[in-house]
Amino acid sequence: MGSKEAYKKAQAAARVRGKILKTIIYILLVIWGVIVLFPFYWMILTSLKSYGAYNSEYIPQLFTTSPTFQNYLDAFNTVPLGRYFSNTIIFTLVTTALMLVVIVLSAFAFSRLEFKGKNVLFTLFLSLMMIPNELVIITNFQTITNLGLRNTFLGLILPSVTSVFYIYLLKENFEQIPDELYKAAKVDGTSDLKYLLKVMIPICRPTLVTIVILKVIECWNSYVWPRLITDDEAYFLVSNGIQEIRENGFGRENIPAMMAAVVVISVPLIILFLIFRKKIMAGVSRGGTKG
Amino acid sequence: MTKNKSKAWLYLLPALIFLGIFMVYPLFDVIIYSFEEGYNSASQTFFGVGGYNFSYVLHDPYFLQAVKNTLILVVITVPVSTGIALLISLGLSSIKKLKELFQTVFFLPYVTNTLAVGLVFMILFKKTAYTEGMVNLLINFFGGNSVDFIDGPYWAKMFVLCFYTVWVVMPFKILILTSALASVNQDYYKVARVDATPRWRVFTKITLPMISPMLFYLIITGFIGAFKAYSDAVALFGTNLNTAGMNTIVGYVLDMLYGDSGGYPSYASAAALILFAIVLTITCINLLASRKNVRY
Amino acid sequence: MKVVLENLTKRFPNSNKKQPEVIAVNSFSFEIPDGKLIGLLGPSGCGKSTALNLICGLETPTEGKIYFGDTDVTDLPPELRGVGMVFQNYALYPHLTVRQNIMFPLENLKGDKKLTKQQMLEKAEEAARLVQIQDYMDRKPSELSGGQQQRVAIARAMVKIPNVLLLDEPLSNLDARLRLQTREEIRRIQRETKVTTIFVTHDQEEAMSISDLIVVMKSGVIQQIGKPQEVYDDPVNLFVAKFLGTPPINVFFGSVKAGKLYIGKEAVLDVAGVEDRDVYVGVRPEGFWLAEDGALTCNLHAVEVMGRDTSVVSDHEALDSITIRSIIPAEEQVDTSKSTVRFNLKPFKVELFDRETEERIYFEAIEPSRVAGRDMVSPDGKQ
Repeated sequence: MGSKEAYKKAQAAARVRGKILKTIIYILLVIWGVIVLFPFYWMILTSLKSYGAYNSEYIPQLFTTSPTFQNYLDAFNTVPLGRYFSNTIIFTLVTTALMLVVIVLSAFAFSRLEFKGKNVLFTLFLSLMMIPNELVIITNFQTITNLGLRNTFLGLILPSVTSVFYIYLLKENFEQIPDELYKAAKVDGTSDLKYLLKVMIPICRPTLVTIVILKVIECWNSYVWPRLITDDEAYFLVSNGIQEIRENGFGRENIPAMMAAVVVISVPLIILFLIFRKKIMAGVSRGGTKG
Repeated sequence: MTKNKSKAWLYLLPALIFLGIFMVYPLFDVIIYSFEEGYNSASQTFFGVGGYNFSYVLHDPYFLQAVKNTLILVVITVPVSTGIALLISLGLSSIKKLKELFQTVFFLPYVTNTLAVGLVFMILFKKTAYTEGMVNLLINFFGGNSVDFIDGPYWAKMFVLCFYTVWVVMPFKILILTSALASVNQDYYKVARVDATPRWRVFTKITLPMISPMLFYLIITGFIGAFKAYSDAVALFGTNLNTAGMNTIVGYVLDMLYGDSGGYPSYASAAALILFAIVLTITCINLLASRKNVRY
Repeated sequence: MKVVLENLTKRFPNSNKKQPEVIAVNSFSFEIPDGKLIGLLGPSGCGKSTALNLICGLETPTEGKIYFGDTDVTDLPPELRGVGMVFQNYALYPHLTVRQNIMFPLENLKGDKKLTKQQMLEKAEEAARLVQIQDYMDRKPSELSGGQQQRVAIARAMVKIPNVLLLDEPLSNLDARLRLQTREEIRRIQRETKVTTIFVTHDQEEAMSISDLIVVMKSGVIQQIGKPQEVYDDPVNLFVAKFLGTPPINVFFGSVKAGKLYIGKEAVLDVAGVEDRDVYVGVRPEGFWLAEDGALTCNLHAVEVMGRDTSVVSDHEALDSITIRSIIPAEEQVDTSKSTVRFNLKPFKVELFDRETEERIYFEAIEPSRVAGRDMVSPDGKQ
């Protein structure tokens, strides 16, 4: 062991280094925080500026002294934003509900029922996860067109009511329910369907909630398929809507009104996120991907 | 037993029908399409069978431009986003104060509409007759010259595209890496401290190997995701990506299928299959590399 | 190197902020002589791991001082203390081989302590020989058994020749047979290297069997320090008495009247020098002997023949424990046809405790003449 002085010095140096490192870390985090938040701030800010005020700012102002809600009225009145909104809500709700039915039934069959070729079939299901959407979208476009389902909700919804990944997730969860419960229910004369509804679904509610939230996010933000399948504004979802607004909505210059529309379509998901923050983040780390 | 068996298939029926129509059938169909030469959507007829569609696509300057754009995007955004995400996650896992707040803020881009926020990015980067735009203001402030990032030079447009792509994919990477770091047994760090291990050595010898499986997972999914880039580009440059010179492979596929230059499902199929082949090859290379480097 | 703890205290803020702070370690003061093996013993949650972390430097004390030799190391970070630590789950780096794991601490040395690759390999080899793991140097930890992993962890902690070796529940992840073997191994390594060693465990048998000294803790407070046998024979309070020994001590409700100890209505022992009061009576399992006219009459439950000796299970109306377990020599016959069994008590195996404070009450034990000629376990002999 060296002298006491040497220790004191080493200790002081270590402490200073620790402090500097902490500061650098916080600076880094704050910088990224600003990069993340600035676009949100900017869209809200711009949406509150009046058309005239915005266009007279050659140098954009970082705040506004005279906020106006006129842009929000414009967003709903000049372009059918309300329409896009209700379309998206219908699309999201119906798709999610149908998907739940489909995946719960198949997850139940895979986890609880015995039948020939189960393992082979499940492996085939899993291998479908590798198929990129971009590959099948071509034929799906043709199929939906040939069925005359373009510009209909059915055409929008049908291709996205199954998800192999969610079936897999739910099956894993279902399998964690002990066999004894099923046997007990059988002894009591409970039918499979009743057992599924009364026992399995309530027990696996957390997973189902996670799946629902992830699916809602996916539906709300979907763009590629709706763009292919709809060219009638009456069936636009918010994503196509915003693209439509951008290209021929208010005229290219009315940026404050565009921003108001952007705020309106962003808010529902942000609220959803703030409420279910923990669930969403846990769900995503279990298997969501984006980009 | 027979009753039970048929019941199982009944439960599976909806999934089988939907997957059959919208996943399995298209898979074969797309291959057939890609070899049908001169297919006409309206009359549903074709001249012959062969590799012409592939040859056409591979010689189409738009496709080559899309491939070039996509490759640049992949090569830049995957390492950059993974690297920054790793830095931020390391920072997040070493603080206590405000950690939850930062985590919540950093996750926000995940739940926002790509198209909508892309519009905001466009406005921030765009230079018009009326305004320099926010970003140019910053550049001017540091003594640089204004650039139109949206309708200007290629490198500027590519920069915005990469920047926005990184912004969009970061939440997922930060989330995965933060939880990977949190799952490393703290005892390893305690032992390392007792053994007077320098910080850098702790990072390279303990932290990195411990999270390497997750890191490789992120790199693989990152590659796949970046190869499929499309919405981000549309959000920034509008639907007519070919004119902007910013098209991506997926964009090319969709344009061939539909839109102003659309109506050629055979070309679209050929392009989609080429994309699939590229992604598959890269993923296999990644998996081989990870098998060599993920050490336990 | 000797280790001195002076008034060491560690308080944690309660996670529920309205609640008071948690005192994990309360005014620890004791000295660990150079080269000894100390067992820090207590039930889980008693603060023993916190105490270890304080000595190691992973936590800083709220109050008090820690000295290694004559150096005050209280504010020194762990990397400057020169300690070796073995964790309960070993914390071996899974991606490194045994050799790389053992060499890891050496590669951290800087300045004039820096070693050449050759020196490191030699030292690692030496440490591996010490724990007899030298044949497995190129394996990964996952390819080793629990006991072997444990040895690697010890080798890694020992390779730098630490001032103090700290072991946190090192045996709890091993199966019973390996545990016995490994604890002898630890004892041997400690004797060979003479490194001052502190060993945390909740298993009293483990602590008693290998420690030079044991420190018994309860909710952050030291109860008793001493040689294992001394603590066993002479516990200062009911907690220590109950905590040490398998089978555990039998506890009765009793009272002292006019120099006689009563359990229930029966006077079982002369206890000179104790004033009249209610007490707890602790009787070690080996403190009973069978007698036709024994003072203590118990309801017989079962007789378990263990070979070397016999275990008699019974109960009594004034019993605080669940059953009485008494160990008698195998030659003695218990009449299992009767529903009761009668015992006399060996005075040196009987301990009295205050009903309120649970502190020990001492009395003058007299070897009763009745016992003469009996084959009695000597007062300081363990069963």
